[in-house]
Amino acid sequence: MDYSAIDPVLLLATLMISATPILLAAIGELVVEKAGVLNLGVEGMMITGAICGFAIAVESGNPFLGLIAAALAGAALSLIFAFLTQVLLSNQVATGLALTLFGLGLSSLIGKPYAGVKPPASPHLDIPLLSDIPVLGPIFFRHDLMVYVSLTLVAAVWFFLKYTRAGLILRAVGENHDAAHALGYKVVRIRFLAIMFGGACAGLGGAYLSLIRVPQWTEGMTAGAGWIALALVVFASWRPWRVLLGAYLFGGITVLQLNLQAAGLAIPVEYLSMSPYIVTILVLVYISARKGRGNLDAPASLGRTFHAAH
Amino acid sequence: MLVLEKRKVPSRFWARATPLLAVILTMLAGGALFALLGKDPVEAVRTIFWDPLFSEFAFYYRSQILVKAWPLILIAVGLSLGFRAGIWNIGAEGQYIMGAILGGAVGLAFYPAQGWYIFPLMILAGALGGLLWAMIPAILRTKFGTNEILVSLMLVYVAENILSSVSFGILKNPQGFGFPGSRNLNDYAASANMDLIEGTGLHWGGAAALLAVMLAWGLLTRHILGYRIRLSGEAPRAARFGGVDPDRLVLICLGVSGALAGLAGLFEVTGPAGQLSPDFNMGYGFTAIIVAFLGRLHPIGILLAGLLLGLTEVGGGIAQQNLGLPAASIKAFQGMLLFFLLAMDVFTDYRLRFRREETI
Repeated sequence: MDYSAIDPVLLLATLMISATPILLAAIGELVVEKAGVLNLGVEGMMITGAICGFAIAVESGNPFLGLIAAALAGAALSLIFAFLTQVLLSNQVATGLALTLFGLGLSSLIGKPYAGVKPPASPHLDIPLLSDIPVLGPIFFRHDLMVYVSLTLVAAVWFFLKYTRAGLILRAVGENHDAAHALGYKVVRIRFLAIMFGGACAGLGGAYLSLIRVPQWTEGMTAGAGWIALALVVFASWRPWRVLLGAYLFGGITVLQLNLQAAGLAIPVEYLSMSPYIVTILVLVYISARKGRGNLDAPASLGRTFHAAH
Repeated sequence: MLVLEKRKVPSRFWARATPLLAVILTMLAGGALFALLGKDPVEAVRTIFWDPLFSEFAFYYRSQILVKAWPLILIAVGLSLGFRAGIWNIGAEGQYIMGAILGGAVGLAFYPAQGWYIFPLMILAGALGGLLWAMIPAILRTKFGTNEILVSLMLVYVAENILSSVSFGILKNPQGFGFPGSRNLNDYAASANMDLIEGTGLHWGGAAALLAVMLAWGLLTRHILGYRIRLSGEAPRAARFGGVDPDRLVLICLGVSGALAGLAGLFEVTGPAGQLSPDFNMGYGFTAIIVAFLGRLHPIGILLAGLLLGLTEVGGGIAQQNLGLPAASIKAFQGMLLFFLLAMDVFTDYRLRFRREETI
């Protein structure tokens, strides 16, 4: 075993890359949940985004078109969820599960011809001057555009929820949809928009996985990343910056276990591979144990069906 | 304008009609999907729904439908209890794997001994494996209030890694020429899960599934526990005032569904799959969620829904062979079925009314 093969600078740099897919998906889901909707279909939207982005990028030769297509595909899929839960008032848990199952099937259907294909490379964005700083440069300033997009998105969501009127209305809808409705806000319309935002983010996260992080298409490649994103939102107590923290913590664990696998640690590969999932469980337990029962941070209307009688 | 008006009582007619309508709509939408893929939609739908039952080789396919249906029914019956009470075990796939591992390991420990007691012991161990795996989310939820959806799902990935580890490690067949996977449990007479009537596809897992359907029906209609489960789902507050202990219900529902999923895994690994290998599990734990909903969370409905989904699994296999449809298309098809079902469900609880714009 050779720990010296693990370069801490490289480790921290790959941490940011490894965290980006779940960060994107989680920040989208955070907005959805803030609007009072629980969409368990993140995994399905992610993997659909992964393959749609991959396919478009390969066909067009342009990774940016791929990313846009992935966001659109995620949003389109989330529209099914929005229509079912908001218009036809279906159970959100069941519908989200259906979305995940459907997305997994659909993606491997679309992805059949793309197995083993190499996607066009995404350009790196070395920020001038900053990227030349020793140690900090390679860690923070030599990534592809999407890493910075994801960070900007977190800041934007934080600002939107905290400082804008629209954000306030969205939170009101999530806390008490009946009261928001009585005040004249269009609960269903607001939720539609939030769900589509979440879908687009999940799609982007998936495409980041297939186009930049891996980069390749394999069936079921998200391997629970969507579910981990859902767990992150709970971990973050529905706060944007904590989503960032959680995603990077999680990315760190993933990268570390991959590095340990490569370094040939005496622990079997399978036990290292399962560690991110176990850590997620432990974190969830810690969060729920600390708060006790009745999670006060969750939006009060989360997961409840809204039906306006008048 | 059209508005939805809540029914005072859910419509029994619609509750029964929606699964059928959903199947028909899925056939139409699925046909459209296959047309998009450049396949003849009529032939594709016929291959999936008709050929397994009435084609030239139907004598073989029919037993295969049952073989696919048993694990789905067994798992879905367990899941339906929890779903009724608002307890979401979506990690049945993990419990299925752990049941197969523990049950299989007991069988392998006795190899090559012969004895009538080996298979029953394996069945017990299989149920126990699933039960214990389901107890993790159950206890975490009752002790700490941790979300059981996420925990049970995460444990699927953990179980898959354990499966891979044992197939390459302690349970690997020493005479397997280095290939991953255990000894073949179906070839080992003491642990083989054979057809009860040769060639029908009715193996011990089928008997267990039918028994589970009957017991669940009795539980839900005749027993106080079934009443409490239904009450907790439909009126949680009333249930609490009525003295229902929610923690106990979580433990029972997750425990029962875990044990049944573990049993399904054991019967699969000793029968159709034959051996523990890194990919012996085929996603039955997830498909069973669709079966549970399609069957209206009712034991008899689940029996029928399990047979239908078993049919689509076999039909999907034929379509893959004869028409070159990708194996995954059937998964998309099943997901669609659940969408249509959930969409049509609105008519069970609401009625469409035409109402003039009111000015209040």
